[in-house]
Amino acid sequence: MSDNIIHVENLVKKYGDLAAVNDISFAVSTGEIFGFLGPNGAGKTTTINILCTLTRPTSGKAMIDGLDVVRQQSQVRQQIGLVFQDPSLDERLSGIQNMRFHALVYNVPGREREKRIEELLKMVDLWDKRNNEVRTYSGGMKRRLELARGLLHHPKVLFLDEPTLGLDPQTRNHIWEYVLDLRQREGTTIFLTTHYMDEADKADRIAIIDYGKLVAMDTPARLKEMVSKDIVSVKTENDARAAEEIRSRYQIEPRGNGNGLTFEVARGEEFLPVFLKEFGTRILSINLHRPSLEDVFLKLTGRQIRPEDVTNTFKAMVRAHGRRTRR
Amino acid sequence: MRHLLGVYIIWYRDLLRFWHDKMRLVGSVTLPLLFLFVFGSGLSGRMGALGPGVDFTKFMFPGIIGMTVLMSSFMAGVSVVWDREFGFLKEVLVSPVSRVAVSIGKTLGSATVALIQGIIILLLAPLLGISMSAGTVLALLGLMFLLAATMGSFGVLLATRIRSMEAFQAIMQMLMFPMIFLSGAFFPLQGLPAWMNVLVKINPATYGIAPLRQIMLGGGAGNPFAISLFGYTLSLWTNILILAGFGAVMVLLAMWSFSNQRN
Repeated sequence: MSDNIIHVENLVKKYGDLAAVNDISFAVSTGEIFGFLGPNGAGKTTTINILCTLTRPTSGKAMIDGLDVVRQQSQVRQQIGLVFQDPSLDERLSGIQNMRFHALVYNVPGREREKRIEELLKMVDLWDKRNNEVRTYSGGMKRRLELARGLLHHPKVLFLDEPTLGLDPQTRNHIWEYVLDLRQREGTTIFLTTHYMDEADKADRIAIIDYGKLVAMDTPARLKEMVSKDIVSVKTENDARAAEEIRSRYQIEPRGNGNGLTFEVARGEEFLPVFLKEFGTRILSINLHRPSLEDVFLKLTGRQIRPEDVTNTFKAMVRAHGRRTRR
Repeated sequence: MRHLLGVYIIWYRDLLRFWHDKMRLVGSVTLPLLFLFVFGSGLSGRMGALGPGVDFTKFMFPGIIGMTVLMSSFMAGVSVVWDREFGFLKEVLVSPVSRVAVSIGKTLGSATVALIQGIIILLLAPLLGISMSAGTVLALLGLMFLLAATMGSFGVLLATRIRSMEAFQAIMQMLMFPMIFLSGAFFPLQGLPAWMNVLVKINPATYGIAPLRQIMLGGGAGNPFAISLFGYTLSLWTNILILAGFGAVMVLLAMWSFSNQRN
């Protein structure tokens, strides 16, 4: 318990009849990167809002660093940092004024303040524009400023709600380098929601939420194993003979598709070297497909995960509506 | 200490924003000046003296200052609605600064901006032939600030309960103009019809405008600018006390409402 910086027990949040969060429990240990995935409208943002004291839960308990998010709000707020999905900048102030406001509000010590602000603004490539009013920034620039601001006070727990949505790969890399470095140096715990699977893969553990309930929670590797084995596709000189050899040698039934064979094995990365060495039929090409988090997500929720767009939002609305009328 | 710092930061941001938007200043003093010079020049001749050596323009002047301060501080609550709409309120609400500190900071921010605008109008006093001692000016500034803080917290209180910008503006106009018109800013409060007299006396702004006028234009014995309540003539200090009492209630309500608002 003492190692768990986030501790959630039987958390419920109802809006009228609709349970946006329906009895979830989990714990996150200090320094962990915890991925919180789910389709839009599944309850991710509601959970984050409860954890960061913006929303009161209907029932259940949530603690951050041993502090109750309902009864010890102001202490909790000092421990956490947030990068919101929706914009939360003061558009009439300049970039650097937004940063300074944040630094003052979070009590970043004077000597550190200007140094960190410069470092972060340079990281997100906004140092040259620091004195321009934020309303003149493009969408991507605002997003970057928001991120830099969230990192400014070195919180114990950093909530990143779709932090890099719509950013170019280079900036995303920069930001991740900084976040990982911050974790290394300060032991920051990171609570992440994302639609980018390469980002989710950086998580130590992933929880998947759907219709307000946790449907899975484990390391990315184990989640993937759960879904399917690794798939090997080979093209050989003689597919019929190769199929026969696979059957007799490994007791696996390969599928032919007229253009090579596919079959499933448990640990593809260990299987391949052995296979290549001992297989009798000449191989023309070989390919290993390992299940991705995308596959995990699809299997568990029946939906694809992808960055938010209009169709998704619409689907989420329809789903929410369906949930309401079902009972 | 922590709380004071929070109040200061919230206040400072409001002033920064005000500074970035200096054109607001021109807009906010135009209407009061229009009232002062159009009505003043148009009606002064016919109204005659409203007090010893006080024509209608002079009579209106403290009322116009009160109007400027009241309008500006009351409307400043819009920044809370604005912040909510643009998401910045979330950044504030999730920060360690307490809600109480935020609401006080907002109120003081509104009040300071309103005070600056009131001072700009006050600077016109010599043009109207009104001379004041330094003590009088200081007393006026204090009173203007009290009025501004009272109306500022009233504005913040409403802003915590009203979600949309359009609704906020509509409700503000609905409350603000009756408060200004029924405060004695534009006409003497003697011999009003009974229904109007009731409205004037329950209007908190009345108790801000009357002392402004008494301090600026002099009261003395048989004070022509004093107001009476239940047959008693109110002293300067009674006026101020009533205003301050209403202000204290507003500040407390704003603090409570700010702490208990939904997102």
